[in-house]
Amino acid sequence: MGRKLLLDKAHVENIRSYDVYRREGGYRSVEKALKTLSPEQVTEEVKKSGLRGRGGAGFPTGMKWSFLAKPEGVPRYLVVNADESEPGTFKDRYLMEFIPHLLIEGMIVSSFALGSHRSYIYIRGEYSWIVDILEQAIIEAKNNGWLGKNIQGSGFDCEIYVQRGAGAYICGEETALLESLEGKRGNPRIKPPFPAVKGLWDCPTVVNNVETIAAVVPIINEGGDEYAKIGTGKSTGTKLISACGNIKKQGVFEIDMTISVEEFIYSDEYCGGIANGKKLKACIPGGSSVPILPANLLLKTAKGETRMMTYESLADGGFQTGSMMGSGGFIVLDEMQCVVRHTYTLARFYRHESCGQCSPCREGTGWMEKILLNIEKGKGKMTDIDLLWDIQRKIEGNTICPLGDAAAWPVAAAIRHFRDEFEWHVLNPEESQRRNYGLANYAQPLQVVA
Amino acid sequence: MAEEKKLFKVTIDNITIDVAPGTSILNAARQIGGEVTPPAMCYYSKLQGSGGKCRTCLVEVAAGSTADPRPMPKLVASCRTNVMDGMVVKNITSERVLDARAGVVELLLINHPLDCPICDQAGECHLQDLSYEHGREGTRYEFTRRTFEKEDIGPYIQLHMTRCILCYRCTYVADQLTDTRVHGILDRGDHAEISTYISKAIANDFSGNMIDVCPVGALTDRTFRFKNRVWFTKPVDAHRDCPTCCGKVTIWNRGDEVLRVTARKDQWGEVQSYDGKPGWICNTCRFDKKNLSDWVIEGPMEVNRHSVISANHYVGAVKPQETITEVMGRPPKLLMDIHKISDVNKPEVDLSAIPGPPTSETYEGNPRAIGHNPTDEKANEQGIGTTK
Ligand SMILES: Cc1cc2nc3c(=O)[nH]c(=O)nc-3n(C[C@H](O)[C@H](O)[C@H](O)COP(=O)(O)O)c2cc1C
Ligand code: SF4
Ligand code: SF4
Ligand code: FES
Repeated sequence: MGRKLLLDKAHVENIRSYDVYRREGGYRSVEKALKTLSPEQVTEEVKKSGLRGRGGAGFPTGMKWSFLAKPEGVPRYLVVNADESEPGTFKDRYLMEFIPHLLIEGMIVSSFALGSHRSYIYIRGEYSWIVDILEQAIIEAKNNGWLGKNIQGSGFDCEIYVQRGAGAYICGEETALLESLEGKRGNPRIKPPFPAVKGLWDCPTVVNNVETIAAVVPIINEGGDEYAKIGTGKSTGTKLISACGNIKKQGVFEIDMTISVEEFIYSDEYCGGIANGKKLKACIPGGSSVPILPANLLLKTAKGETRMMTYESLADGGFQTGSMMGSGGFIVLDEMQCVVRHTYTLARFYRHESCGQCSPCREGTGWMEKILLNIEKGKGKMTDIDLLWDIQRKIEGNTICPLGDAAAWPVAAAIRHFRDEFEWHVLNPEESQRRNYGLANYAQPLQVVA
Repeated sequence: MAEEKKLFKVTIDNITIDVAPGTSILNAARQIGGEVTPPAMCYYSKLQGSGGKCRTCLVEVAAGSTADPRPMPKLVASCRTNVMDGMVVKNITSERVLDARAGVVELLLINHPLDCPICDQAGECHLQDLSYEHGREGTRYEFTRRTFEKEDIGPYIQLHMTRCILCYRCTYVADQLTDTRVHGILDRGDHAEISTYISKAIANDFSGNMIDVCPVGALTDRTFRFKNRVWFTKPVDAHRDCPTCCGKVTIWNRGDEVLRVTARKDQWGEVQSYDGKPGWICNTCRFDKKNLSDWVIEGPMEVNRHSVISANHYVGAVKPQETITEVMGRPPKLLMDIHKISDVNKPEVDLSAIPGPPTSETYEGNPRAIGHNPTDEKANEQGIGTTK
């Protein structure tokens, strides 16, 4: 049984209400931080904890906080990124829906550390019912003196506001989020300047994921050093994984980053194995943007080591033979699934969600989608596969924001690892129409091509 | 005593130059001029906040600065990246840049209608120049292109959204030169479009400048529509006393007729500055003053950039500095050698000896009949145009 720090209380009856949450030990970290620690000390604890951003990039949170510019007389802001629109990712929703006070608590402590007197939650528009849950929690916290002026007599003022997005994936990218929060079109900004220097309304701003901010609560409660003892290497603490696809038990799991991928998929504590007695074919371990891995490379790295559910191990082998922890959206594909169709679905998503600012992403995503649809419909040519490869190469790294990369990587990885499945579609146009899955032989471990 | 400002040394394609801190790589390269200057489709020096979008100006930074000489891992948009002291930049000397740029050009063209033959912008279109200089010979795109209905936005401007490359320049003009912006970008991705809400008219004293900043034929002058090809017109610089704007313009004439009026452009295709102030012109000058008598003529427009306009009848045109041989250590490569591809242009072929299509005299129902051309024959007699 791994340790649970975020969701251990999530299923206590009525934990959504302030009274129950407080009775279960809630808001202790705020008391501790405001009464016994200075903002710098809170930041120091977060640094010591080794906490890495849970929103996708895995950037060390303590370091991000210490980069925040602190000019005199200019307000600073904390913005919590609850946009969670990455296909396969639904962990923030779970956290906010079941234990909303945890996020509010984490935000108060973080706002204290950063000196933010107005903090925002930017939540995706489709999570409309969660807005009500959060606002209820904010009112309760305020009524009990955890928000507003002079919190618990400490002299620290803080307000939290919830802002709904309007249904755009790109507004999860931090600078697009800030634009949207300012009431503008959600186009990513050109960096530099980074939000730490010029963010919301041109003021220094920290944008963090929901889970990152929630993790600040146990870090302050237990101390950064204690938190750092959980997990392996640079993957400290616990991580929420939202697992979906062809597994027996879909849902959100809290893991302590000491288990292997194999254990995560097959043990009954987590996914419970592949559904319907099928075999594992492939998996996207970190949300739709990260490279897909075939079964053999998923369970073992190219070096033959067991692949663990940690930032380092999932990334082992780079993009040649590895993938990424990303946002923790764990998508499992069984032998009946067609990688071509799957890649097409993702390409369609990115085409629809590109903001259209920069030419490679705007035009390239649409082109890739069309080619993939052709191949999937049995109208593809062999040269289309190389063309796809070339297009993704022209997008990757050449765009304003990482959505371009996120659109390119899934296509690149699918071709890299499943090229023969694409070729099979081209060579067997009719058969590929009769069955909606590709080559079943991926259920058997593949030769690793270095 | 103010201290003398320290200049930054930056090396672009092996040419070193000193520039003021805060200069972008692109502007530093423009100070050198010639081929080492990256193409810029969305950046416009007179429009604050522009740039960073089209990605044609990508360059490789081989060394970040003297203090931190590490290379930058990704190509950077030179229009939005400032130089550091000791920075080493590679533009045309970097294969990566040329490859990425060719990719950007190809992508910019996949949804472009390529309707140059009926586009008023042809001849002064930056996308034409860009694809000629940096593009591929063909496209690999085999799908239907996205199209939009064309739209008259107000009495003066026509929007061909199909041709737009979403550089956002026109929105910056509206934001920075007019009182209110009534147009913008709707939707997103490759279905994004420039539009006004419910085809609201754009009518504002300075709105016409959008036409000048639009790098393609997406925003064109309705008063000039289909009047002429730009290379058949004679552009002359002229001015008038205008209460609203600087009144310094280029008028494009055919005979005594003023076909259109534009702001004057500099060698980068941007509106010229006078004493550091951009010479935007007002709509009265642009759309209402179409008589020669409205203007004081200064003389022929100075053509100091390559363009089909300069292929026109100009003497004394200033050519941009040639740097390619210096930088690459070799003369420029031809995009394609027409002589290898086409029989017609082989120098040793006698053009007049190639049979032409049948004429009304030789046709007699046979489409394969060989024509003859009296002019050719005349030329033959006089020994002109042959390579005997
Ligand atoms: C296209 C795109 C979408 C993103 N969507 C989200 C999101 O929905 N939620 C999120 O927390 N981070 C998202 N991110 C990452 C954020 O830009 C940012 O890195 C993150 O909020 C930082 O928080 P962290 O340091 O706590 O991870 C997205 C990034 C990109 C490029
Ligand atoms: S990469 Fe795509 S989503 Fe990001 S700024 Fe460019 S066009 Fe917009
Ligand atoms: S209409 Fe012209 S100026 Fe405006 S965004 Fe499109 S290409 Fe740029
Ligand atoms: S000119 Fe630099 S990105 Fe367009």
